[in-house]
Amino acid sequence: MSVGAPSRAQARPSLLRRWGTVFYDVLSRPSGAIGVALVLTHVLMALFSPWLAPFDYKAMDSGLILSGPSPEHWLGTDHLGRDVWTRVMLGGREALLVCGVATPIAVLWGGMVGVWLGLRGGWPDEIVMRAVDAFLALPGILPLMVLVVIFGTGNEVLIPTLAFFFGIPVIRVVRAAAQTVVARDFVLAARARGHPQRQIIRRELLPNVLDVLLVEGAMRLSWMLLTFSSLSFLGFGVSEPTPDWGLMINDARTFMSLAPWGVLGPMIALSSLIIGVNLMADALGKALGIDRAGKAVL
Amino acid sequence: MTELILRRLALGLVTVWMVSVIIFMGIEALPGDACTAFLERDAQGEVLERCREQLGLNQSATQRYLAWATGALQGDLGVSANGNTTIAAEVALRVKNSILLAAGALSVGVPLAIFLGVFTGLWRDKFPDIFFSTGAIFAMTIPEFVAATIITLIFSIWLGLFPAVVLTPADAPPLDFFPEFVPAAIVLTLVMVAHIMRMVRSSVIEVMTSDYIQMAQLKGVPYWQMVFRHALPSALLPAINIVALTIAWLLGGVVVVEVVFNYPGLGRMMIDAISDRDLPVIQAIAILVAATYVGINLLADLLTILLNPRMRTQHLRRK
Repeated sequence: MSVGAPSRAQARPSLLRRWGTVFYDVLSRPSGAIGVALVLTHVLMALFSPWLAPFDYKAMDSGLILSGPSPEHWLGTDHLGRDVWTRVMLGGREALLVCGVATPIAVLWGGMVGVWLGLRGGWPDEIVMRAVDAFLALPGILPLMVLVVIFGTGNEVLIPTLAFFFGIPVIRVVRAAAQTVVARDFVLAARARGHPQRQIIRRELLPNVLDVLLVEGAMRLSWMLLTFSSLSFLGFGVSEPTPDWGLMINDARTFMSLAPWGVLGPMIALSSLIIGVNLMADALGKALGIDRAGKAVL
Repeated sequence: MTELILRRLALGLVTVWMVSVIIFMGIEALPGDACTAFLERDAQGEVLERCREQLGLNQSATQRYLAWATGALQGDLGVSANGNTTIAAEVALRVKNSILLAAGALSVGVPLAIFLGVFTGLWRDKFPDIFFSTGAIFAMTIPEFVAATIITLIFSIWLGLFPAVVLTPADAPPLDFFPEFVPAAIVLTLVMVAHIMRMVRSSVIEVMTSDYIQMAQLKGVPYWQMVFRHALPSALLPAINIVALTIAWLLGGVVVVEVVFNYPGLGRMMIDAISDRDLPVIQAIAILVAATYVGINLLADLLTILLNPRMRTQHLRRK
């Protein structure tokens, strides 16, 4: 993973203009434009759905169980007679809230540790990296499920747990990025000038790994949304009657042969959000010149 | 080279040891132990004391860690909390089923992925490439349970080709799972093909635009000879690592897919153990999966070193 060309660092215009250029670059790529549009739609829907939803998400209608799409109920009703379209509109709120809070925390703590290790090196680096290897060898979802079973499924459990476990891979990526920066001359110059370590981190390292952190954050967000929805699908996340796509898909699967629309609605909503975040992350990476190990396709 | 291999081995061992410590400490930090889980409401006073004494839970944490670790090394994973079955026997059964599913997916997926990767890499940005690459993004990004639901909807409900869930018991002979395990294998194959294909594609593109291939082109080497003799051997080398990662992922219990299709593999056992708070089983599966992960990645690294002439001397040059 390379960290920006030196030319850009030298001829850096105002910060605002730089991010304006990056944003424009993201939007001018087809993947970026589609990604941003999808994510924006989902964020707006999550924010305003309580006022836009046509029905009460808890309201059950025993006369309309598993009914098909109709002018009144666009996506039909579920096994308890609740409006599926209403629940699809509201179903992303928990996921976006939890992941939207947990991702920045994960990237921040993982990034801080990574930068510090990249600069410090030596035995702390060896020890922490072995621990990182060990954590990454664990089956990803297992520690999350164990903690949820023991401590409950509330957001006060999910957010710190997700933030902790998703910060660990960030350490490795940011450490590698920081190491390439540390090897460059301006860090040596700062050291020669006798700047304290904290200042070197803040003034020399952080601005140069910021791009990596951002792209990493966007990628982690998509994986965290995936994990969050898998947890609720498996019954280890959001609990009824709160509408959540993972949970809805699990419920509707049972009645799939009778009412396929009940499962298609949340599936399309969830997939479009995750694909949107992914496309956005991809375009952001390309705009910032960070090709994630050359694996980008579109 | 021997030094490099030995260092990798040592590193792998250290990682596995670290994992075992992390798992043990993690389980230790949780409220409750095997006895409270086993006895449930009776877990108090003298009964609890006796149980703890029997299982040696009243020893110090270090002593218990050593006992557990030496046991695990000898293939004794302890006794499950909710019964008297030995964990090792049950785990062996589930591992066998998981291997069966993994083998089914791998035998189709790896050749297909490599073929598609080379194909799309050579015909970059042409229609088939755009089609398969876009498809790969979808297969990689949508959640496994969504893919599984779509597959069930198509193959089981609309076409009626396969049963929607596996009903064969865990201890049935491998052939009994056919054709029930096919939908699960299809989902895993889809995800796997997408990942490997993307990796192979970008690797092929990288090699095909490299200097030595241009050199071969200028020398007038026939196209297919250039592809097969010059480009592919080095383009496919990175595939070893991603295939290894895939195998580790498949053997590590594909929880979601196994739950969706009710397949009695390691992933289902894991989730059942978690729901039952069966800490000894969780501990056993976690260490097993982590050790498999480290072991397979280690093997892939060693294989890459052996096959890549550049890697053999890299560590010498660095000095």
